[in-house]
Amino acid sequence: MSEFIIKNGHVFDPVQGIKGDKKDIAVKDGKIVETSVLSSSAKQIDAKGKSVMAGAMEIHAHVAGPKVNLGRWYRPEDKLFDSHKTPGMTRIEGGKSIPTVFKTGYSYARMGYTFAMEAAMPPLYARHVHEEIHDTPIIDEAALPVFGNNWFMLEYLKNHEIENNAAYVAWTLNQTKGYGIKIVNPGGTEAWAWGLNCLSVNDPVPYFDITPAEIITGLIETNEYLGLPHSIHIHGNNLGNPGCYETTLDTLKLAEGFKAKNNFGRKQVMHQTHLQFHSYGGDNWGNFESKAKEVMDYVNKQDNLTIDTGNVTLDETTTMTADGPFEHHLGGLNHLKWANVDVELETAAGVVPYIYSPDIKVCAIQWAIGLELALYAKDPMRCFITTDHPNAGPFTRYPRVIKWLMSRKARDTQIKAFKNSDKVVAATNIAEMDREITLYELAAMTRAGPAASLGLSKDYGGLKPGMNADIAVFNINPDNMPSDPEEIEKIFSGVAYLFKDGKICVKDGVVVDNGNKRTFWVDVKVKENKQVAHDVKEKFLKYYSINERNYPVPDSYAPHPYVIAVDATQ
Amino acid sequence: MKMKTVTLTVKQAPELYLECENITPDTFAGKKIDEIAQLPAYQGKEDTTLGEYFTIAGEAGATAAETQIILKGDCSKMKYIGIKMTAGEVLINSSADMYTGGWMKGGKLVVKGDVHSFCGLGMEGGEFIIEGNAGNYLGASYRGDWRGMQGGIIRVKGNVGSDVCTFMNGGELIVEGNAAVHIATHAEGGKIIIKGDVNRRVGGQMVKGEVIVLGKIGLMMPGFKYTKDVDLEVDGTKAKFAEYIGDLGERHPKRKGEPVYGKIFLKK
Repeated sequence: MSEFIIKNGHVFDPVQGIKGDKKDIAVKDGKIVETSVLSSSAKQIDAKGKSVMAGAMEIHAHVAGPKVNLGRWYRPEDKLFDSHKTPGMTRIEGGKSIPTVFKTGYSYARMGYTFAMEAAMPPLYARHVHEEIHDTPIIDEAALPVFGNNWFMLEYLKNHEIENNAAYVAWTLNQTKGYGIKIVNPGGTEAWAWGLNCLSVNDPVPYFDITPAEIITGLIETNEYLGLPHSIHIHGNNLGNPGCYETTLDTLKLAEGFKAKNNFGRKQVMHQTHLQFHSYGGDNWGNFESKAKEVMDYVNKQDNLTIDTGNVTLDETTTMTADGPFEHHLGGLNHLKWANVDVELETAAGVVPYIYSPDIKVCAIQWAIGLELALYAKDPMRCFITTDHPNAGPFTRYPRVIKWLMSRKARDTQIKAFKNSDKVVAATNIAEMDREITLYELAAMTRAGPAASLGLSKDYGGLKPGMNADIAVFNINPDNMPSDPEEIEKIFSGVAYLFKDGKICVKDGVVVDNGNKRTFWVDVKVKENKQVAHDVKEKFLKYYSINERNYPVPDSYAPHPYVIAVDATQ
Repeated sequence: MKMKTVTLTVKQAPELYLECENITPDTFAGKKIDEIAQLPAYQGKEDTTLGEYFTIAGEAGATAAETQIILKGDCSKMKYIGIKMTAGEVLINSSADMYTGGWMKGGKLVVKGDVHSFCGLGMEGGEFIIEGNAGNYLGASYRGDWRGMQGGIIRVKGNVGSDVCTFMNGGELIVEGNAAVHIATHAEGGKIIIKGDVNRRVGGQMVKGEVIVLGKIGLMMPGFKYTKDVDLEVDGTKAKFAEYIGDLGERHPKRKGEPVYGKIFLKK
């Protein structure tokens, strides 16, 4: 394979603590190496006046699978006047909030991303998820199967059978080629099948007689029993409602006392996703306000937690979540259209289009909350930037979010542009926040941090020799930062270079290579468990609409796997 | 303000259909005739130019408002003429195909013949006159969208097809002939006048807006209830109408404490 030397760039790498020093980065055979190892034939890349970071890692986005495709089916208007072929090697790209798989891969790569985590995979439809992952070019991907309303899990954890639950989780990860434990509205989505919901961590789930708190702690124990690379990844109860921050704090507190046990360098036991949707105060939409400070004050002092923001980007978008009851509620608020899917014993999903209008006070406050979370974060290695794509906005808006985070001027311009500017300022703290995220912090929030949280810090998220050569070079010079914030957005929209596995895939914002896309999944070995094997067989015979033999995702669905082996037999 | 005119004369009919989204005063404004002839126009997957299908003469104005476009010859295989136009005038001397006048924001568009389906989709303003008949989905929303006609006026001298003004939110449609089925489905505003007869299914899932029928309705939707007789002057005709409110099966927002309904006025 080819050799490269990226010369004289300003390197930002939290893994090695390099804060913009001029350094050469050497690449050989898909890995970062010491410059001394290179032969004289190494191709030189001039990065003078540019910044060099690892490839960015998306920790939470809905980019593949049946829920995303449901959005594509029932929102043809999302592609209206937005289906185009650019010159070059790329295929037709289409869609704004629910782009085609091709646009998804290309867009992430153009912004310097090399990995994306599909945040909610219904195990029964795992094949569909993997089909879309396989068709998404360039970026590596993985998917988190949802467990928070799964019947097996509810029955095991009700009796605190951690070993059985762990065996079931291991079996499911293996069957679905999944990466870790995703929890969405624990117990609430199942309760909704009974016409109810769980709006606090203590609301019992009907029939199963278990509480969300027991589900969450049980799954933390399960996760640490297995020693998975990622922690539990949770979208808690009571999302999106005024006053929900109290439920959020109750949820986060459940992690107290738990310690991470794994061989992947992961320190947290809980990743709380799209925290923006969970940091609302007030008790109605009239007195709706930001509780970002209260929530982040707690997160900052608990080092066994990581979070991602879920920034509202003020766009028309498509919300989609396994939180079925929430989507039904949202459909009743905006009267656009609502779609729902029930996934047998496992989960559900709802889809509703949504317009985050800068003219609506609540939307503007949501915008502020998302930014406040990142600006209050003391440890950028534990706070990651997402838009919960496409829920709070399309991921293609990351450059805009970065602009707002890096420039107070850009935030002030946006605050002034809100129709209810005064009310928004009164309900938030954003207007008085001076902090501007630095390029080094950005590298932590989008690269090293997510990699560590996902248990991938050995090979990803940094530029240390030996790590995978996923590298993004941006046209931004830390010694001469652009005075116009719009310039920041432009710079992060198109990398100067993107290396994926040591190959140039994007040059000057244009895709030039489809890369070697891989599917990451976790293969856990557990002791033989006859009880679980029996339960699986019985549930398939009694309840599932398909045969157990038709359940697993065959290897042909992930022909380029990156399998992380975990041995939990000891 | 003096208008300048560009005349496009069809020199060869497209074998398939020609996508003419560039035939608008907005695109033509400020361009020379050769530049207009070079504007792209897809035929199927082939990228062609307007110049290949039209003889182009005259002069475009500096702005859209100062530009008039006249199309001569058979345009019945030309789609998207006048789409998104904001000002100026377009006159089509024949029939036109789908999406004519879609998302129009202003100006005046006149079709001497018929138009096919999906014309005036999501129209926001301006005046759209069809001297012949119109197909289905006139003034409706794009498939899947909830933003149908928002403003402006469409007048059809002939008949219209089905699914007229689905998801209409504003503006006015006047049909001088008859209409088929599904009128103002899901409407949340706007006004439709049908001077002839309607087959059935008027106002299904209508939340707000008005449909005024001067002829007969084949079958009234069960979700509509007669309230009272009213005197109205409709497009120059004074008459007594029966007022119906509905669709009672839908949600109805309140205004000043009173629920707002969609209304059908049927001439007595």
